[in-house]
Amino acid sequence: MSLSACGGGGDGGGEGGSTTVRVTLANHVWTDNIKKALPEFEKQSGLKVEVTQLGEDQLSDQYNVKLNAGSSDIDVMMYRPLQEGKLFAKNKYLADLSDQVKANANWDFADFQAGPTEATTYEGKPVGVPIITEQEVLYYRKDLLEKAGLDAAPKTLDELKAAAAKIKAADPGVAGFVARTGKSTAVTQFSSFLYSFGGDFVDGGGKSAVASDAAKQAYAFYGGLIKDSGPANVSTDMGWPEAMAIFTQGKAAFYTEANSLYKNATDPAKSKVSDQVGFAPFPAGPAGSKPYNIPSWALGVNASSENTANAWKFIEWATGKDQTLAQQKSGVPGARTSVWANPEGTSTFPKDLADAIAASTKTGVGHDRPLVVKVAESREIVGQPIVDAITGKDAAASADAANTAFQKFLDDEAR
Amino acid sequence: MATTTTKAPPGAAATPATPGWARWVDHHRKWLFAAPAMTFVAALLIFPLAWTGYLSLTDAEGSVRAESEFIGLRNYLDVLTDVERFWPAVGRTATFTVVALLFEVVLGMAIALLLWRPFKGERWVRVAVLLPLVATPVAVGMMWRLIFDPNIGLANQALGWVGIGPQPWLAGQHTALPTTIFIDVWQWTPMVVLILLAGLTSLSEEPQEAARIDGASTWQRFRHVTLPLLMPTLTVAILLRGIDALKTFDILYATKGRGGGSFHEVETLNVYAYGLSFDYNEYGVSSTVLILFFLIIIGAMWALTTRRKEAQR
Repeated sequence: MSLSACGGGGDGGGEGGSTTVRVTLANHVWTDNIKKALPEFEKQSGLKVEVTQLGEDQLSDQYNVKLNAGSSDIDVMMYRPLQEGKLFAKNKYLADLSDQVKANANWDFADFQAGPTEATTYEGKPVGVPIITEQEVLYYRKDLLEKAGLDAAPKTLDELKAAAAKIKAADPGVAGFVARTGKSTAVTQFSSFLYSFGGDFVDGGGKSAVASDAAKQAYAFYGGLIKDSGPANVSTDMGWPEAMAIFTQGKAAFYTEANSLYKNATDPAKSKVSDQVGFAPFPAGPAGSKPYNIPSWALGVNASSENTANAWKFIEWATGKDQTLAQQKSGVPGARTSVWANPEGTSTFPKDLADAIAASTKTGVGHDRPLVVKVAESREIVGQPIVDAITGKDAAASADAANTAFQKFLDDEAR
Repeated sequence: MATTTTKAPPGAAATPATPGWARWVDHHRKWLFAAPAMTFVAALLIFPLAWTGYLSLTDAEGSVRAESEFIGLRNYLDVLTDVERFWPAVGRTATFTVVALLFEVVLGMAIALLLWRPFKGERWVRVAVLLPLVATPVAVGMMWRLIFDPNIGLANQALGWVGIGPQPWLAGQHTALPTTIFIDVWQWTPMVVLILLAGLTSLSEEPQEAARIDGASTWQRFRHVTLPLLMPTLTVAILLRGIDALKTFDILYATKGRGGGSFHEVETLNVYAYGLSFDYNEYGVSSTVLILFFLIIIGAMWALTTRRKEAQR
């Protein structure tokens, strides 16, 4: 507190910096855990950590305003590599960490999974350290499956569709299936459907692929599943909080969502059905089971920070093996291979969830949205056919329109 | 400076010993006293506006610190020919403002007339009527979002009790905008009540009494005595509330999020400009929309004030 107040001036620049590290973090279980562990870091390093905590969108806005202005009052920033990573790196908001990641052999940068670190690398230079990884899995209600006479979770998307329809038919008050429906927010959870049908947002040649046969089938399938077996009066604005609420209120049997949110479903304080939740690998489509496997959050250093050395000290501690293990034991999947290999690292996950994650990391795809600079805009374009399919419009025609728009977007961005 | 020393102002020349700087200060008093306020206005109003105007002529995107090119009026051409996002947003802004304002003024007038005359428990009723005004819009948005939830919300349950089927409310492509207008009316009618009530209380009793003696009915007294006398206050209420309604952002953002919903169903100009800067990082285009929006507000204000001057004549 005391030292940060007199910042701003030209004093204390460079390596020595202030002994206060200003850290901006998103609302997440990871953040709650790290805040609890902070006294330990402050004691061993002699530094003081000031945490600013914000919701995802507010965090984004905060960065847009402060980093645009070249502000130095953020040292460490928690950011989404796939959402903002390219933009931030291109704008030179993220400091090059090439030297730091090599400095400490014990910390061991090579221990991080290759997929996630690829997403935190820009033009060959590491600009962030992944802290949370995510795979899409199938959440389901054991009791409802049993009631419907099903003895196992669906292994294919066709089985999922049949099971969801059966459960909804038996009790119209309970949806067979729920998932995100908002144009932009649904894109990431739809991506696993897209890959499992054999499609992707962009093809190998860098052209838009959202009107491929596979993509059209995937759009129609995802939208149709929600339209036919989803909640009555389904809204087209649902993000994970809304979809999760329907599932945890006991109003849906199946739910495809990021595994990193599983505590919301299994914690009795948050979920009415906590004792009945099961997990399964993402069901296979015509192209097999291909869920995304991505780093959802990473830590970076603000390039305009005057306190980079201490900022790195914080990152080194927060992403170290001990902290990663502690995080993972409290339910946050990390990016360190050694922690996943350690039986202790998966000891607190429900057994079926750990199995589902293991399956996903083998077949997973390393992105869950188009890999472009202007991600938000691209998500709105490729997400349009999802909401059109949910509201009963022609998904194929909508995919064609989205394809034209997306190709134009890609051309503009390549210029 | 030197020019001011040649001739002392009449009356002020009493003490020839006054040093030059003091006379200079004396001479420029009105500017010097106003300077802090003027600097403040310049820094916080004119500079941002000029900067936005400049950005609107460039292709700035990604970061405002990145290099951008001066492209003249191309953004304006693009925006003014954009029938997918810009013009629908203009339409929604106009619909939202006009409809909300209409309800707020009519309801506000009715409630103000009811509260005008003293009655028992008047104070409590006034407090109750004014309560929505003091709630923060984001909290209001969250509250109504829960009430209007299509599956678990109170609104549909209440409809169920009287035998009406569930409505999509905020979730529907065509019902979202009317629902947000309803929320706006709920929150801001009290402000109109407050202004009109202040106007009513300051009216003198004589014209009313004269009209009553002449045998005018209640409606006639309202139409031909109260309303004309209240016109200046009413215009102020419309002006203040209208500008505010045009600029509404918080309620729309809190209920429908970014982009005004999956079909942009409540995307007004303000929400659109916000999305352009914070989601798309298109600072050039966003500034263009904001400048156009600014002109629209000035135009509306100008129309209303000239109308007011005419009414006063």
